[in-house]
Amino acid sequence: SISIQVRINQSSSLSSSIIHVLFSVPRNYDPTLHPFEVPREYTRALNATKLERVFAKPFVGSLDGHRDGINCMAKHSKSLSILLSGSCDGELKLWDLPKRKCVRTIQAHDGFVRGICSRFCGTSFFTVGDDKTVKKWNMETPGYGEREEPLSTILGKAMFTGIDHHQKDATFATCGQTVDIWDEQRSSPVRSFSWGVDSFSCVRYNPVETELLASCASDRSIVLYDMREATPLKKVVMKLRSNTLCWNPMEAYFFTCSNEDYNLYTYDMRRLNAPVTVHMDHVSAVLDLDYSPTGREFVSASFDKTIRIFRKDGGHSREVYHTKRMQHVICVKWSADNKYILSGSDEMNIRLWKANASEKLGLLSPREKEAHNYNQKLKEKFQHHPQLRRIARHRHLPRDIYKQRRELKEMLGSRRRKEKNVIKHSKPGSVPVVAERQKHVVNVE
Amino acid sequence: MRRDVTFPDLFTTKMAAAEETAFGRTHVEEKKKIPRRYWATTAEQKDGEGKNGALQKEDSTKKIREAWWKKKLEKKKKKKAKKSVLEKKDPFPGQAPIPVERVKKFVRGDVDKVTSGVQGKLKKILKRSQAVSTLAQEQAARHDLLLPEDAGFLEGDEDEDTCTIAQDDIADAVDITSGAKYFNLNLSQFGPYRLDYSRAGRHLLLGGRRGHVSCIEWQSKALISEINVMEAVNDVKWLHNEAMFAVAQKKWLYVYDSKGVELHCIRKFNDVLRMEFLPYHFLLATASSSGFLQYLDVSVGKEVTAIGTKMGRLGVMTQNPHNAVIHLGHPNGTVSLWSPNQKEALVKMLCHRGAVRSLTVDKTGMYMVTSGLDRKLKVYDLRAFKPLQSYFLPAGAACLSLSQRGLLCASMGDVVQVYRDVWGTSVKKPYMAHRVRGAVAGLAFCPFEDVLGVGHAEGFTSMIVPGAGEANFDGMALNPYASLRQRQEWEVKTLLEKVQPDLIGLDPSMLGTVDRATWQQKHQERVQALGFDPLAHEKFKPRRRKKGRSSSGAVEKRKRKVAHEDQRDVIRHTVAANLSKEQERKKRSKAKLKAGVERCALKRFQK
Repeated sequence: SISIQVRINQSSSLSSSIIHVLFSVPRNYDPTLHPFEVPREYTRALNATKLERVFAKPFVGSLDGHRDGINCMAKHSKSLSILLSGSCDGELKLWDLPKRKCVRTIQAHDGFVRGICSRFCGTSFFTVGDDKTVKKWNMETPGYGEREEPLSTILGKAMFTGIDHHQKDATFATCGQTVDIWDEQRSSPVRSFSWGVDSFSCVRYNPVETELLASCASDRSIVLYDMREATPLKKVVMKLRSNTLCWNPMEAYFFTCSNEDYNLYTYDMRRLNAPVTVHMDHVSAVLDLDYSPTGREFVSASFDKTIRIFRKDGGHSREVYHTKRMQHVICVKWSADNKYILSGSDEMNIRLWKANASEKLGLLSPREKEAHNYNQKLKEKFQHHPQLRRIARHRHLPRDIYKQRRELKEMLGSRRRKEKNVIKHSKPGSVPVVAERQKHVVNVE
Repeated sequence: MRRDVTFPDLFTTKMAAAEETAFGRTHVEEKKKIPRRYWATTAEQKDGEGKNGALQKEDSTKKIREAWWKKKLEKKKKKKAKKSVLEKKDPFPGQAPIPVERVKKFVRGDVDKVTSGVQGKLKKILKRSQAVSTLAQEQAARHDLLLPEDAGFLEGDEDEDTCTIAQDDIADAVDITSGAKYFNLNLSQFGPYRLDYSRAGRHLLLGGRRGHVSCIEWQSKALISEINVMEAVNDVKWLHNEAMFAVAQKKWLYVYDSKGVELHCIRKFNDVLRMEFLPYHFLLATASSSGFLQYLDVSVGKEVTAIGTKMGRLGVMTQNPHNAVIHLGHPNGTVSLWSPNQKEALVKMLCHRGAVRSLTVDKTGMYMVTSGLDRKLKVYDLRAFKPLQSYFLPAGAACLSLSQRGLLCASMGDVVQVYRDVWGTSVKKPYMAHRVRGAVAGLAFCPFEDVLGVGHAEGFTSMIVPGAGEANFDGMALNPYASLRQRQEWEVKTLLEKVQPDLIGLDPSMLGTVDRATWQQKHQERVQALGFDPLAHEKFKPRRRKKGRSSSGAVEKRKRKVAHEDQRDVIRHTVAANLSKEQERKKRSKAKLKAGVERCALKRFQK
């Protein structure tokens, strides 16, 4: 006889929510149903960081076949799968990267192959060698019965040490005793630059301001040129010699040079009086570097048998790669798809590395991608927590390098201490405090 | 000026105002006054009255400026209107507004607090992440509209109390499946019964005082297993899923699987009276009659900590589901809060005059409800540790339990009463009441169901309490319909993100905040970690020299050379600063003299 109104929640009676249950996972984002969100996220971040270290297996494979140390490498300007490498016995090899096989071998020069560059159209490439020649080669393999011959050969006056091709025009630049600009059609340089008596080790075109050039000279200087002018633009003299340099492909007013004093220096072309960043971590001379196509990172090869990856504005490396067998690394390249790193070393091997040590190769399912992105974000969020930072930063180093680093650290410390003492015991203001960045530049002309 | 306003007075002022308008005089005072609000302080008002003149001037200049702006805006509008004559206007531009109340539900912490006192790059990063999280909160609030289920409710006739409605009537009024949720289990031999629902709410665990333990899938009423442990049973608790449960027996703590097979007998845990399982930490917290609070990590089977509380027999225990802190009630009327990281209680609060009989904490971790031997039922705010409400129950509540949606049930002898909104307003009547057959020993609301389980001396009663459970479960968190694979997946996932016991504290969101530790604090921690002070000042020890150069006088001289070296810089600076100050003062006085302020004997009489 009484009338009451009752409604009971039907969440757990199958009839009403069967559609939800069978076809989708019902969600309720009420925070009270998800307690401990911060500690749980932290735990997830910790797990993600640990897994990243667990899966950090950067070595993909090696390209074996050269009969002497690899002296230089070049990427194909149009194709991802082709790599050119030249060795110390004058042999040049073309590699098919997906198959990891050598597709073509050329005895290009007598003595070292000093430099290779691919033409912007990708149909031919240039090599320079110790035999004072510049040779132009066809990218395609000669047909059956045809001889392996260069398309053209230019005999220069002195040895060449490096070569780079213009981005759009049929001109290229070589360096040796002078920096020469060549027209492809001519056999003598259009222009030669020199600034004092010195020899150059590397020349590079700016990827954006295409008429600009930069070169490293053996008199410890870095010289900038404009192809349209008769004289070089600017010169920075540093304390020790720079071996190579590379322009940042995205912010092309920055370039980084690898130096004999174990450091790399990033300069702003517009302000050369001090480097923007000093990248330290190597324990021996840095021989080569290459920027990633995104311009956010670069990889450096060193005489200390390791390669390191630096962020463009990071003072210390984020990654170090080494193997037991890899000797002094002479040249290094970052692949154009931003995924791989190639290193050529003294012991006749070219090694293929992942640019991201723990990255999973191959196709990822959407869920994998999502999980990866989520983990990435979590790691970023909690990166400063001491436990996470410790795990993320830990790298195993060969004992020699570990020891040398410690030694270097001590030396730096004692130097710093001494400076401090000198300042302390001299008349206030008479001994200036010099920033680390300013210590390495001698003068700018 | 303030006056006592009386009616005639009011009348005249109104009249005056009317006259003024009639004459067409404009005056700032005439403008319609903004109605006074309670938040407008009297001080402000006084200030306003005092500076009336100044205000008027400002107002006039403001008016001119506003007019100018208006003109400009109108011009712009006209231009725009010309362009978009043919375009249709959106009658509801932008996103639909979300009710403030709904957004509030999803807000985490204070937005301004996060970036306050932070500078530079970090501030930028924090602001960006804050913006993202605000967006997420907004989206979650929008999603709330799409939730498929509504909460239950119970309404009687007019003037009819809902507490007089019998369970039978409710069971008749609802559909058959829901009505079947009201049932009694006659178990008179082994009572009184303690009970526990599994976290998803599908399984029920009953433990009779005299050794009867059974697990039931209560909705289908399928008995999964039934054993008699042939010993006194103090408490039963499900572990992280329905596969295992813990039973606190006369002497030791036992773990059984759902088939009733004994998996472990844990002899480190003796005389356990009450248990709580912390699901996100995989910890089983036990309180023993000898005064020990122990934590067992069930994922690795190791004891985490054992805390001697020195508070006597621990028969009253509950957990705060918001921060995993254990609350213990004591015979002296105090309630103490515990975490496994600290040997002392985090908080001790005196709640009752007599012993604490029962306590419970709501799922948001904001409110705690306690009942004591003084026959009082008290509600505490756990953020401020202050009492909110105090009720007197003639019989006193022996067991308490809070539901997911905040209904409180209390048992007095064999009567179970359910109250609504005990912390908001002072409650006069229970929402529901029911008499069971024996004295109540255990109470628990079933998660995601409008069901209250009552364990008593004569068995078990399942009551229907409309509006008790959360209507919409989250399939990713706890899914009552999870398939076998889903359950397995869930188990692995939850095990992987097991929260470490050291993270238990009063504020679980502490980890996400900016660490504002001072330099001293950091230094102290470093000293503790290293075992020595790396920045400690080394005392100068003069080297021993020969040929009489180490005579005490010489040593003293050498010592003096380096004495107070750290202070020398400071001294030098202060001396230099003082000197420059002095020089400046002299310069100024000289300049004064030069300026021709001649001293005159009669000058002192000038004013």
